[in-house]
Amino acid sequence: MAHGPAEGITRWLYTTNHKDIGTLYLWFSFAMFLTGGFFAMVIRAELFQPGVQLVQPEFFIQMTTMHGLVMVFGAIMPAFVGLANWMIPMMIGAPDMALPRMNNLSFWILPFAFAILISTLFMEGGGPNFGWTFYAPLSTTYAPDSVNYFIFAVHIMGASSIMGSINIIATVMNMRAPGMTYMKMPLFVWTWLITAFLLVAVMPVLAGAVTMMLMDINFGTSFFNAAGGGDPVLFQHVFWFFGHPEVYIIILPAFGVVSQIIPTFSRKPLFGYSSMVYATAAIAFLSFVVWAHHMFTVGMPIAGELYFMYATMLIAVPTGVKVFNWITTMYRGAITYETPMLFCIAFVILFTFGGFTGLMLSVAAADIQYHDTYFVVAHFHYVMVAGAVFSGTAAVYYWLPKWCGRMYDETMGKLQFWLAFIAFNITFMPQHFLGLAGMPRRYADYGLQFADWNMVSSVGAFLYGGAQILFLYNVVRTIMHGEPVKEAKVWEGAEGLEWLVPTPAPYHTFTKPPVVISGAAGEDEWSISGATPHVAFKASPEAG
Amino acid sequence: MFKKALAPFLTCSSFVSMKSLGAESDNSVMGGGLTNLNMPRGVTEVSQVAYDVHMLMMWICTAIGVVVFGFMFYVMYAHRKSRGVEAANFHEHLGVEILWTVVPALILIFMAIPATSALLKVYDTENADIDIKVTGYQWKWQYEHLGEGIKYMSEMRTSIDEIEGREPKGEHYLREVNQPLVIPANKKVRFLITGNDVIHSWWVPDFGVKRDAIPGLFTAAWARVEEPGLYVGECTELCGKGHPFMPIVVEVKEEKDYDLWLEGKKEEAAIYAATIGKDWSHEELMSKGEDVYKISCAGCHQADGNGIPGIFPALNGSSIVQGPADGHIAVLINGIAGSSMQSFADQLSEVDIAAVIHYKRNTWDNSVGDIVQPVDVLNFKTAQ
Ligand code: HEC
Ligand code: HEM
Ligand SMILES: [Cu+2]
Ligand SMILES: [Cu+2]
Repeated sequence: MAHGPAEGITRWLYTTNHKDIGTLYLWFSFAMFLTGGFFAMVIRAELFQPGVQLVQPEFFIQMTTMHGLVMVFGAIMPAFVGLANWMIPMMIGAPDMALPRMNNLSFWILPFAFAILISTLFMEGGGPNFGWTFYAPLSTTYAPDSVNYFIFAVHIMGASSIMGSINIIATVMNMRAPGMTYMKMPLFVWTWLITAFLLVAVMPVLAGAVTMMLMDINFGTSFFNAAGGGDPVLFQHVFWFFGHPEVYIIILPAFGVVSQIIPTFSRKPLFGYSSMVYATAAIAFLSFVVWAHHMFTVGMPIAGELYFMYATMLIAVPTGVKVFNWITTMYRGAITYETPMLFCIAFVILFTFGGFTGLMLSVAAADIQYHDTYFVVAHFHYVMVAGAVFSGTAAVYYWLPKWCGRMYDETMGKLQFWLAFIAFNITFMPQHFLGLAGMPRRYADYGLQFADWNMVSSVGAFLYGGAQILFLYNVVRTIMHGEPVKEAKVWEGAEGLEWLVPTPAPYHTFTKPPVVISGAAGEDEWSISGATPHVAFKASPEAG
Repeated sequence: MFKKALAPFLTCSSFVSMKSLGAESDNSVMGGGLTNLNMPRGVTEVSQVAYDVHMLMMWICTAIGVVVFGFMFYVMYAHRKSRGVEAANFHEHLGVEILWTVVPALILIFMAIPATSALLKVYDTENADIDIKVTGYQWKWQYEHLGEGIKYMSEMRTSIDEIEGREPKGEHYLREVNQPLVIPANKKVRFLITGNDVIHSWWVPDFGVKRDAIPGLFTAAWARVEEPGLYVGECTELCGKGHPFMPIVVEVKEEKDYDLWLEGKKEEAAIYAATIGKDWSHEELMSKGEDVYKISCAGCHQADGNGIPGIFPALNGSSIVQGPADGHIAVLINGIAGSSMQSFADQLSEVDIAAVIHYKRNTWDNSVGDIVQPVDVLNFKTAQ
């Protein structure tokens, strides 16, 4: 009964298959990752030495703006939506996503959004030059004309994200295999379910913010214009009410990935499954009530400042629970260090490091010194690059054999890991020092006292860029002529329904739901890591 | 209206003081290099409590890190499959799970106490001896000594040739201004910070003062500095392409020197006020106008007057520039609403405005030929 994909380009244009759409998302996100990476190279090349050499300050701030926007909205978010598309149906034993046509739409509007966004760089007056946080009135009264295209692009991205997350919610709520209760779902599914709720809640807030900008710019309103009775600080509140949950939208699915991979290579069930779920939910809740920790220098009343400080510090508790659970999962396991595991271990170390600097930033009196310096830049690259990007890379290495039925080159994978790990730290560790010594962010040029560490950071950045080319090469090489893999269960210690389907995963999986069996999982049967009471599944006898 | 009139004279006098002071007593860290790793402890109570709580947090995080990562590295080493270990199968333990929720929470409470008292210090802006109004402009700062009637612009002095590498970069590259903010030592100085166009942020690390300069809003911060000297800071909120080029320099003087300086300022202003009425010649206006244009206008309209298509209109050949003088004066006094062409009424003196207008009307391809005098500008202002 299973039929294969259509031929040619229409396969990709018209597809409603969750695997095809997942693949599209992943390639799109990688293309955006390289584009945003190119912008970063321009930034680091200009900052290699003091003085203005390569690009003018005006273009420089367009580069920092585009880099941030493309990485956050174009690279990281679509990468995890791609993983969700591929993996969630396979992990919960569903044949596809709940809303396959909307799935197609939510992907295919994305390339247009980014084509519009990037085209602004070539417009008269230049592209957005107000930072990815686009504070008014720099982004309204003082913005280049292209800001209207930027607003349009943000609206499209928002629509795409909202559709994507509604789809995930509908899928997880309605399409789980019989016996797959909520507390038995793999953690990746859990973290995505919670993320999807965050997205549905905050993307409209972002849309509201850019709509108010649009009104201020074109229709004479004064939401953010002090001269007309508006308030520029209002913009920041609205933006960060979206923006802080957004950083958790980025990291929660990454937590999910790490919670799948660490048990596999530790050959031991995930420790503290239910506390992982509760911690994720707690983080998601807290992420709504801490936004103004990005605004400690706008002159809030002290009561507000104290509240946002305490609330932010509180996030460290559930975050700590997750870290301890990962480490305890490894404890008394039988660990091997394949590439995905290496990336996950680096994730745990570097993300925790970023959590420490986050805790420091939450102390308002000290944040007055840190705020808007390179210290903050270092903090969020530790959580976003070593956090989200490392876990995304781990996920690709981990599931690639299942996706295409071929094994990547382990030596090359390890080489890429070490290159990325070392280069990452060379790039971003010095930025802590730069920030503490007083270098503000978004500076096209800097005083001579910052020259040395900037040069080190730039060298690291170029190496990190090189590591990504190696990654691309390794993935393409694997898809084209990697060693074929036959076993359904690619990794010795892997658990979960995705390992129940043949390798490579056929175009349609679980057209018949898997069946629950009682007792411990035996041959050809899989349980869900860490979930209790224990449950195991096997493929439905009739399923393909 | 002498307070509006200081900028041109200060340019040269402060140039001297900056040069002479810059050499010996720049108190902020210089030279940088690879050993420059930490936050300066600074010279005010606020910067010192910020530093102390920063160090405390750093050591606590380091300690936690050593324990957590130490355990993790042990596990990574000891529980490798290649050592022949068998994986255990446990995956729950209520006791430890409660423990590692409660202990971090207690550590946080311990952190919150010094964090709170440090913040109370930051907010202790009452009972100031002196108030300074700080206004952020694209891309310079204006300082006003409230109650003294003294107001001046502070702009970066590093030349575009140094920035673009046509000249060697000086020792104070991007850290030098034509006129530093001058404050007295051992007095509680309160800064009332606001923005004129976009949001800027006024940061002097050694004072522990960083406050956003937001249009339509005042934020307050304070400093009491004991040690006279020069303290350098930067703008820390993205404010356009000139963001890195609006440094802050604060000169802290002994109280008696500060009073002398204040007197000098007032005198200069009085002398200047007298020059407004004088008849300026074409040559005088042209040379002054060119200076003003380079500093205040060329950043947007470009040195050749041709602007940047799509953002900044060309002044060369512009009908406003070549039209009746009043129309042109109006643009400078009132700005153009809803654009980055701001009002210069508060930033430039009458002489400067007259000079730059006269200059533009008679340079490049423009040749109107008449003379715009400072009194014309003054009359325009009073007529409004
Ligand atoms: C921050 C950038 C900026 C600076 C600095 C600036 N201008 Fe402008 N100026 C503009 C913009 C933008 C416009 C166009 C405003 C509009 O029409 O919307 C403009 C318009 C003008 C016009 C009207 C030109 C026309 O033909 O419409 C004149 C005259 C002018 N500026 C003079 C000056 C002078 C003199 C200075 C220096 C004292 C100066 N500007 C500094 C941005 C700037
Ligand atoms: C323990 C958890 C964390 C804490 C306590 C924390 C705290 C903070 C604070 C206080 C700031 C504001 C700093 C400033 O601008 O002065 C900040 C900035 C930032 N954080 Fe975190 N953070 C944490 C985790 C994360 C995570 C998981 C991410 C994303 C994956 C993240 C991404 C960011 C980003 C992008 C910024 C900078 C935003 C900007 O100004 O452009 N943080 N963090
Ligand atoms: Cu935040
Ligand atoms: Cu600035």
